Amino acid sequence: MLDKNGIAKRIAKEVKDGYYVNLGIGIPTLVANFVREDIEVEFQSENGVLGMGPFPFEGEEDADIINAGKQTITTLPGASFFDSATSFSMIRGKHVDLTILGAMEVAENGDIANWKIPGKMVKGMGGAMDLVASAENIIVAMMHTNRAGASKLLKKCSLPLTGVGCVKKIVTNLAVMEVTKDGFKLLERAPGVSVEDIKTATEGHLIIEGDIPEMTI
Amino acid sequence: MINKKVTSVEEALNGVADNMTFMLGGFGLSGIPENAIAELVKRKVNGLTCISNNAGVDDFGLGLLLQGKQIKKMVSSYVGENDEFERQMLSGELDVELIPQGTLAERCRAAQAGFPAIYTPAGYGTEVAEGKETREFDGKMYVLEHAFKADFAFVKAWKGDVAGNLIFKGTARNFNPNMCGAAKITVAEVEELLPVGELDPNQIHIPGIFVQRIFKGAHYEKRIEQRTVRQTS
Repeated sequence: MLDKNGIAKRIAKEVKDGYYVNLGIGIPTLVANFVREDIEVEFQSENGVLGMGPFPFEGEEDADIINAGKQTITTLPGASFFDSATSFSMIRGKHVDLTILGAMEVAENGDIANWKIPGKMVKGMGGAMDLVASAENIIVAMMHTNRAGASKLLKKCSLPLTGVGCVKKIVTNLAVMEVTKDGFKLLERAPGVSVEDIKTATEGHLIIEGDIPEMTI
Repeated sequence: MINKKVTSVEEALNGVADNMTFMLGGFGLSGIPENAIAELVKRKVNGLTCISNNAGVDDFGLGLLLQGKQIKKMVSSYVGENDEFERQMLSGELDVELIPQGTLAERCRAAQAGFPAIYTPAGYGTEVAEGKETREFDGKMYVLEHAFKADFAFVKAWKGDVAGNLIFKGTARNFNPNMCGAAKITVAEVEELLPVGELDPNQIHIPGIFVQRIFKGAHYEKRIEQRTVRQTS
């Protein structure tokens, strides 16, 4: 079974040379730590920066340079700043190659819910609806089950949707799955996790074809 | 040169009244019009509709207007990090319209650019699209979203000149340029207000035509919401 860093490490393998990547808050943010050093990748933050670098050293924080999580950041050589409309032109116009975000629920048809729990949590969708509606390459990073132990990979989302039929790939603490027209296709198992474990933790339709390899991270 | 300079925040906010709709720039607490907000708090105008990506934190930014119950309705994309906001929303005192961040930006830009509405794929098939016109283009579904209508836009820039030309800094730029010229009156506050000729015309982010009033903010706290640092190795 993977921890959050393990999930991020596995997703980092999906980041290819020359990609512009948007990382959501939470596990997706960790992906930046594990991207191969021999490839060129630029991270976009939807509040208006491309070419995001690591956190600043103490004393070098700048209130005018933050990421979408409102954290102080630095920029790398070649970085640029821009307004919000331009930022979402990059996203809506499909100029960003890969979007990695978290989810509360994903359905077997690729629907995603991650912005609202009616009566409980109403923080808002931020840029998530724009990202999922436009990106062609969306990977969801999340735990396979919620804190109560219930599956987050469902036949149908129970929470208000963020987007419809948009998720392409899911990496959880248990498995890597691809969303196909017939359901969640199991691609890889996490170390020490059996196909049976994954089946038990998946409420939606899980497609198991042949031997499922253990992932390498 | 058409002079847009006003000498004080009081003068900059002339005409502000109860029940108006305002656009306010900023993302989180970065690039918010701190001086205009402070003046709105001082004037105790209420019944306001505020279009702003976020609602500040409890004791800063738009949170200050929420504390005084001056806001009737918020139009935002993300409103976490504010307990008073959550309390007013759940109790029904505050009307909240949550919309996707890119849609918020584009509804501002549409107002600035003279488009009555735009089609966006964001929110299609979700509750955001409920009751809205949808249309298919090349096999994909889009939602019709209308340009905002606002009385004032309050924006914050880094440098400006008395002609109203603006230059922003870092990610404090965010929604500010998109709101310039998107309301009946745009009020820009800047950290540095320069005479004309001091800014390089090649470097201007927003031309003065989009700005009606400009003033130098008396003070900027520039509060950091999430101070994150890395360890020196």
